Amino acid sequence: MSSESKFGEYGGQYVPEALMPAIEELTDAYERYVLDNEDGFMDEFRERLRDFGGRPTPLQRADRLSERYDREVYLKREDLLHGGAHKLNNALGQVLLAKYMGKERIVAETGAGQHGTATAMACAYLDVDCEIYMGRTDINRQRPNVFRMRIHDAAVNPVDIGSGTLKEAINETMRDWATNVEDTHYVIGSVVGPHPFPRMVRDFQSVISEEAREQIREKAGRLPDSVVACAGGGSNTMGAFHEFVGDDEVDLVAVEAGGSALTIDEEEGLAPHSASLSTGDDGVLHGARTKLLQNPDGQILESHSVSAGLDYSGVGPELAYLADEGRVTPVNVGDDAALEAFHRLSKTEGIIPALESSHALAYLEEHPDELGDLVVVNVSGRGDKDLDTVIEESEKRDLDAAPSMEVFEGEQ
Amino acid sequence: MSSEIEAAFADEPALVSYVAAGDPDAESTKEYVRALVRGGTDVVELGLPFSEPVAEGPTIQQAIRRALDAGMTPDRYFDLVAELREEVDVPLVCMTYYNLIYQYGSGEGGADDGREGPEPFVAAAAEAGISGLIVPDLPVDESDPLKEACETHGLDLIFIVAPTTTDERLGRMLSRASGFVYVQGRLGTTGARSDVSDDTHGSLDRLAETDLPKAVGFGISEGDHAREIVAGGADGIIVGSAFVDIVAEQEDTADRLEAKARELKAGALDGAPDLPEPESK
Ligand SMILES: Cc1ncc(COP(=O)(O)O)c(C=O)c1O
Repeated sequence: MSSESKFGEYGGQYVPEALMPAIEELTDAYERYVLDNEDGFMDEFRERLRDFGGRPTPLQRADRLSERYDREVYLKREDLLHGGAHKLNNALGQVLLAKYMGKERIVAETGAGQHGTATAMACAYLDVDCEIYMGRTDINRQRPNVFRMRIHDAAVNPVDIGSGTLKEAINETMRDWATNVEDTHYVIGSVVGPHPFPRMVRDFQSVISEEAREQIREKAGRLPDSVVACAGGGSNTMGAFHEFVGDDEVDLVAVEAGGSALTIDEEEGLAPHSASLSTGDDGVLHGARTKLLQNPDGQILESHSVSAGLDYSGVGPELAYLADEGRVTPVNVGDDAALEAFHRLSKTEGIIPALESSHALAYLEEHPDELGDLVVVNVSGRGDKDLDTVIEESEKRDLDAAPSMEVFEGEQ
Repeated sequence: MSSEIEAAFADEPALVSYVAAGDPDAESTKEYVRALVRGGTDVVELGLPFSEPVAEGPTIQQAIRRALDAGMTPDRYFDLVAELREEVDVPLVCMTYYNLIYQYGSGEGGADDGREGPEPFVAAAAEAGISGLIVPDLPVDESDPLKEACETHGLDLIFIVAPTTTDERLGRMLSRASGFVYVQGRLGTTGARSDVSDDTHGSLDRLAETDLPKAVGFGISEGDHAREIVAGGADGIIVGSAFVDIVAEQEDTADRLEAKARELKAGALDGAPDLPEPESK
């Protein structure tokens, strides 16, 4: 059994030589344990996901959204997974794999802090040392997750370089890995990085579409017309799509962060959005050839999104490939629409979605007719981590959808 | 066939010196390269700054940031190289990351002008006077297109051998390497250290039978390190962060670079076991 390192022209293994033997070792472990279920690895993974993680997560009919858009809308509730996001599927899979490989130490990067939290949680559960790198900007906007990581006994290392977001955190984690590669495994947080990460992370996340496919057949009696998921690196996206890729009648819609505008500020080297799949150019970053936000020279641009978890200049190579093939439709929505969708779901369905997931919900609001009669939206995580950001950003914009928060200020 | 770079190792242990092009500006880089050559540098490794330098430690990361902030681009880099070639006669090696190579020339015409992949970059580098390339995020497994372009334009493609490199990978690298073998002295990133790692000696032992010159880099900062490494079987040393530290301070920069180069070169010469009689190399 072998695993291809590329998706068409995308993917590959562009990393310093010091890491290549570890990547070869990981590829071998991926093929044996994940693909061939050697020593019952996948059985153990599934059992732990059930008992520790709380799978399967429900596929819930959203009654008021269905009414609002005059079609059947179902929500895949990854927000109900232990830890509050789909990230645990991958983190648990990789930490367990690292144990099977005899690695003693885990490093990981995190943007929203959700992957860092899931990794810290899996490490505490499986008793492995854990160190997390997180950009300074993200530390400041995602404090609850920083505390959660610390509470699970992970070290959190701030990264001050550049814009202090996910891209810089990945660079720093790769440097740590290159220094300590002999006993350390890098739990990358999305379907990005060198082969075998994009495939392996997708495989761990595919449980989302495996369940959703069964559940929608049971509840609606047929496959959906479309599946909608937000795309940062694209792990909840690939997880929600994978089992539907062969079902040509199901549209797969990847919603990126349109940020505050889709233009690029060449002078500042900054893209005020993170829509690398819809607007990026081919290039090589963090171990893979994929679509990137970059200037004509190939310097990587800083990205922006109100949602820390989508704020990344690249995207998974398999998504780049599926988008080129026309199988996945890349779209994007702006910061404002995402914030409104956040309030809408909270108010109408009693679910506080992550700002990342709010992008998928915002696309549903903006283009319901493009999604057919039966729609599955992946709610990749819950929004508790985003409350500070949401309150601040909603006030800044005077958002109609936002409730008044004055009552908390003590003077009626 | 021996390349210009290989020739630079022929007579005595070579000093390969790194600076980031454009740190803090292009004119200063020229002055610094001249100073390094006066101090005995045999090969200059000129960094072309990339925004995501994953193989670099803090010292060189900051240098790259300064150079990018000052406006260094691939085209300005090639101008700088062409100018330097008029002034110094040591080979210049370009150290950069693959995305810049891959992206070069795909700008205006894009994929339509048929100039995809690494060829336009290598052509421009050859034209400017670059003799070889080091691309730390391009392992041998992904190097076919670049190797082909380098052969077309007569550039050496230099591979990095890490302490973790397996014998099988080493064989594949050596079958396509030219110029010299870059022996990564320790795991991790670039940055000056205060000792010589045991990994260095292990790697040199593994490469003892190799015909290409072997130069050790990552962490060398003093004449004594250079002596120990050359005595251990290296044909040269590669020094970056120790020079970049001097550039960062901006005090008597050129003189101090020259003196540092002299110290390192003297250490390397000292470590060479039987220099007087040029033996079979
Ligand atoms: C809840 C949630 N959804 C989505 C994402 C984006 O990542 P990906 O595109 O890999 O699913 C994150 C990342 O932190 C997240 O926390």
